[in-house]
Formats: sequence, structure tokens, C-alpha cells
Amino acid sequence: MSKTKKVHALPFKTRFVNAFKVFIPGNSVYRTIESRQARTGVLFILPFIIGFIFFMAAPMILSLWMSLCDTKLVPGGYEMTWNTFGNYKYAVAIDPYYNQLIVDEIGRMAINIISTLVLSFVLAVILNQEFKGRTVVRIIFFLPVILSSGVLPGIERQNEFYDMMQGVAQSVEDASGINISASLENLLSVSGVAADVFDVIFEMIDSIYDIIMASGIQIIVFLSGLQSISPSLYEAANVEGCSAWEAFWKITFPMVSPLLLVNAIYTIIDFFMKNDNKVMERINLVYQKLEFGYSSAMSWIYFGVAIGFILIATVIIKKGVQYDDN
Amino acid sequence: MTTNATHMPKKRHDAYAIKRGIKKWGISIFRGLLLFGLCFMIIQPMITRLLTSIMEEKDLYDSTIVLLPRNVTTDNYMHVANMTSFPESMINTLWLSLLVALCQILSTTLVAYGFARYDFPLKKFWFALVIAVIIIPPQTISSSLYTTFANFDFPIIWNAITQKGIIRGITGNAVNLRGSIVPYIAMSLTCMGLKNGLYIFMLRQYFKGVPKSLEEAAYVDGCGTMHTFVKIMLPDAVPIIASCFLFAFVWQWTDVFYARSFVPNQMHVYAKELSTIVSKMSHYFNAGQETAMVVPAGRQQQLISVGVVICAVPLIILYIFTQKTFVQSLAMTGSKE
Repeated sequence: MSKTKKVHALPFKTRFVNAFKVFIPGNSVYRTIESRQARTGVLFILPFIIGFIFFMAAPMILSLWMSLCDTKLVPGGYEMTWNTFGNYKYAVAIDPYYNQLIVDEIGRMAINIISTLVLSFVLAVILNQEFKGRTVVRIIFFLPVILSSGVLPGIERQNEFYDMMQGVAQSVEDASGINISASLENLLSVSGVAADVFDVIFEMIDSIYDIIMASGIQIIVFLSGLQSISPSLYEAANVEGCSAWEAFWKITFPMVSPLLLVNAIYTIIDFFMKNDNKVMERINLVYQKLEFGYSSAMSWIYFGVAIGFILIATVIIKKGVQYDDN
Repeated sequence: MTTNATHMPKKRHDAYAIKRGIKKWGISIFRGLLLFGLCFMIIQPMITRLLTSIMEEKDLYDSTIVLLPRNVTTDNYMHVANMTSFPESMINTLWLSLLVALCQILSTTLVAYGFARYDFPLKKFWFALVIAVIIIPPQTISSSLYTTFANFDFPIIWNAITQKGIIRGITGNAVNLRGSIVPYIAMSLTCMGLKNGLYIFMLRQYFKGVPKSLEEAAYVDGCGTMHTFVKIMLPDAVPIIASCFLFAFVWQWTDVFYARSFVPNQMHVYAKELSTIVSKMSHYFNAGQETAMVVPAGRQQQLISVGVVICAVPLIILYIFTQKTFVQSLAMTGSKE
């Protein structure tokens, strides 16, 4: 313990130089046991370092470069002509779809994140209880991890039948009032109670299938958090006369809440990268037309929006979450 | 319960027990209904797909048939198998997914162990980059990866921008790696495959939870670093590694994004074939006919269902057999951030 403190007490410049001395034979730092450890450690993560430099950093720089250029395929390669912010300007100001799609997706996502977090938390709490048939229910609830991956969720929406059915279902609902949530919505909005709030809630209820298909991993994460809570905490609370409801808010929720952030970030990323996401579809379409410059620019804008979203979520959640010292 | 309440008057004790009983029953009935409803919602589309996939086409238009087919047929499966070049594409998917998942897990386990156990300069920086890899959508770099591998040359970025490079200097042409699976394997071996950051994160969480005294004892007994890792750490980590492997395998199996970018065009992979099945239909059904016919929308939907069933059923069977390891080992990773 004292050793590490001593290292950190060194000035930044010395530490920076030492970071390199570790790998260069023939100096005092090289021979210490810490630097031998450090070399072994770096050897272990070497695959990641190589991969990051060659297959992540390099393509990112190239893609940033490409987004600033007009690319054209020519035999034996492609040609790039410098075009400063032309692609970005086109995406934001001229492209009739792109802005609209992004705004739509953000709206949908804000609602989806909240409902995914709430639903997966509630389900994790339920799945953590003892009841008959728990194994079967767990098997079913983690099925979406498989069923909503890769090609599977998007493929259904690729044909006209799906659109047609959507339209038919909508008109039937409108005509006959079969849709329960719609009629409930009418009832409630007639009585004039905060109509906007109900709109949002009904949107959540209507998209519950999508939400549950997207929350497999989140349930697993919450469940692992719940299982790491020591039962003795609940026993102590029970002895002190704490009701189950109080125990939930005083023990369960604070212990699991750090995972809210992990899950929120995972949900945002998952939502941003889905194949059936409208913006993603548009980017893929442009990409398949081999307009690499423009598709790069669009994905950079999209990536920027995603990062912004993650930052906002992090700030909001960190304010309301208790962390232990670890 | 009775022993706890012996000091209470008898009447009150009864009322208390009844109240508790009702509450308990109420909760479990509510829970049962909720879980049943949600489970039904997850399973129902799969059942619908399974049943429509074995219907004859005329059953689709018969309004008296809701789910159970009147005329059972396997023709749909034959058509879809032809369209997706079935046995070949499935075999390719199988070995490719196995190979890629193996490479990914091999590299991510090593990296995760390095992050969990060793102190080295810039450790926080590199780990921040692991998180960055999880966050960065692969679509951002897809087009530049494509161009990088289509005209592969050293030094990597420089050659793309200037069209000059070492290999081009010697042989006159850049190497096209798009015709092979080399890029796929290279990326998997260097932790840059699909969701690999997530596996590093999960495995690191696990390794951090293992007491250090285990390895220290091994070191004291004269065991080398690699030997300790392989003989002491890995055997205990098998469940978590297995579940990461399952994730990798399943996600690789259904992945189209990486498959489209990296699998050579002439190689058939099932997910890739499935993703273009709609456009193949008209071509397939109109082959050898003089007048072009539009494939009816209902029929399209049915054939898509068949394709989805073929893709998902092996995974579901695999999952049912392995779910115990899966759920338990994920719970073991703990939740400390």
C-alpha cells in the first residue's frame, strides 16, 4: 500500500518518463520487480493495444478524414478530394430525411431508456424471488438475448406485409376502439389529467414488446447485482422491524443503483446500434451506394449525438445514485 | 409463525394470519399473471412463426385458420433452403462462428487477466479505451475498415490517404484482403470483434473477484506467470469463459454487419443470406417463367418466418442446454464497479 502511494507522490514528469523506462533495459527502473510486473501486464494486454491502434484508432482517423472528403471509387482503389465540411453541411442542412430521423430516434430513445431500466429492474427483482417454475421463467426471459440479436429483429420489418398489417391494425383500432390502451387514453384525457404524461405512458405500454425484447442483458446485470447483496442485511433489517417495502428502498435499491448507470449506457448503445433503427438504416443505405464520405459524415454526427446522450445520462444518474467507496 | 405470536391474544393472531395469507396469495397471483403475460409475449411470436412456417400457402388466406395449419407441408423449408443455399451456408456459419468466437475469447481472456491482475503504466488510459471500444458504434468505422482491408498496405492510414505504401512500392498493387477471412480473424484475435469490449469488461470483473492468495501461493511454489494463469486461474474461470463464449458464438451466428463487411462475397453465410431473402424471392419464383409474378406479401412473410426459424432453432436448443452455466456464471461476476 505504502509503495503505491510513494509512486503517486512522484511528479507527473518523472512518472511519465518512468512509464517508458520500464521497457528499456539498462536503467535503474527496469530492474525493479514492479517493472517486471508491468512488462508482464503489458504483454497480457498487447492484443488489445495492437487491435486498438490498427483496427480502431487508424480506421477512426481515416473515417474522420473521409467524412471531410468526397470519395469516388475508381478502378484499383478510390479517389478522395478535400471537401472540408461539405458532407456535414449536406447532412444537416440539405438532406431531407436525416435531421428528421435523428430527432425521431432521440424522442423514441428517451422514452425507451426509462422504460427499459424500470422494467428490467422490476423483472430482476421478481426473478430473484423464490417461486415455482423460476428456472423456466428465467430461461424464457433471457431468450430475447438470442432472439433480438443481429439479423433477426430487422428482417420482419423488411417487407410490405409488415407495413400493410401495421396500417390495417391501426385503422381497425381507430374504427372499432378495440385497442384497450387507446380507449383508456381517451377516457383519461377526457377527464383532463395531465394529458401529456399519459401520452408518454401509453406510448411506453404500446411498445412494451420492443422494450422487453431489448432488456435481456439489463435483467442479467441487475440480477447479478441483486444476488451479490448479502442476506444478512435483510435479516438485520427484519430484526429491527423493517417492512419489506422499506427494505426494498433502503437496501435493495441503493445496493443495485450503481448498476443503473451501466445499464443506461448499455441500453443507449444497444439502441443506437440496432439494425432496425431508422438512422442506421439510412446510413447503411448510403454506405451500400458506396458514398463512403457522406456515410462517414452521417455516422460521425450520429456518434456525436450518442456520446452527448451518454454524457447527459451519466450526469443525471450520478446525481441520484449512491456509490460505496470502492 | 405460531411460536412468534404465542403472547398475542388468540383472536388477533387468527386475523393476522389471515391477513398475511391473503397478502401472500395476492402477491403470488399477481406475480404469476404478470410473468405469464410477459412470457407469453416473448414466446408467442416464435410459436406463430413456427406454425406459419409449416402451413401451405392457401392456409394463409383462409380466415378460419388462426394458428394451427390445416395442410401441413415442408415445401416452404425447401424453398428457403434453396434460396439461402442452405446446407453450405449453415456449415459455413457454424465453423466461422466457432472459429471467430474462439479467437475472441482467447484474446479477451488474456487482456482481461492483464487488466485485473497487473499494474502497468497508462493502465487507466488503456482501460478507458476498452470502454470506448464498447461505446463506439462499429458503423462509424465500417466504411474506413472496408477501404483499409480492400487496399491493404503499410503504413495503414498513410496509404489510404496518399495511395502510396510499402507493398504497393514493391509489387505495384495493394493487397485485397476482402476476398479472405483474414481481416475477420485478425480483428477477433486483437479484441476488436463484435462486442469484445463487453467480454473484456465481464471477464475482468470476474478475475478481480478471485482472491490473490491463490496465485501468490503458486508463485511461492515456483510456478511461472503463464503456468499459473493456465493451471490455477483458468480452470476456475471456465463457467464465465463459457458464457462469454456462448455470447460470442450466438452474436456471431446472427450477425450481418460484420459478415457483410468482412466475409468474402462468394462465401455463403446464413445470416447474410437471410438478410437479403426478400429481394431473392421474386428472382427465385420467377426463374423459368415468362411472365414475372410478384410474390404476395403474405407469402413473403411466411418465407421470412421459415428463415428466422431455421436461424434461431439451433441457438435456442443450444441455449436451453447451457442456460444453467449461463445464468449462474453471470451472477458470479458480481456487481462492484
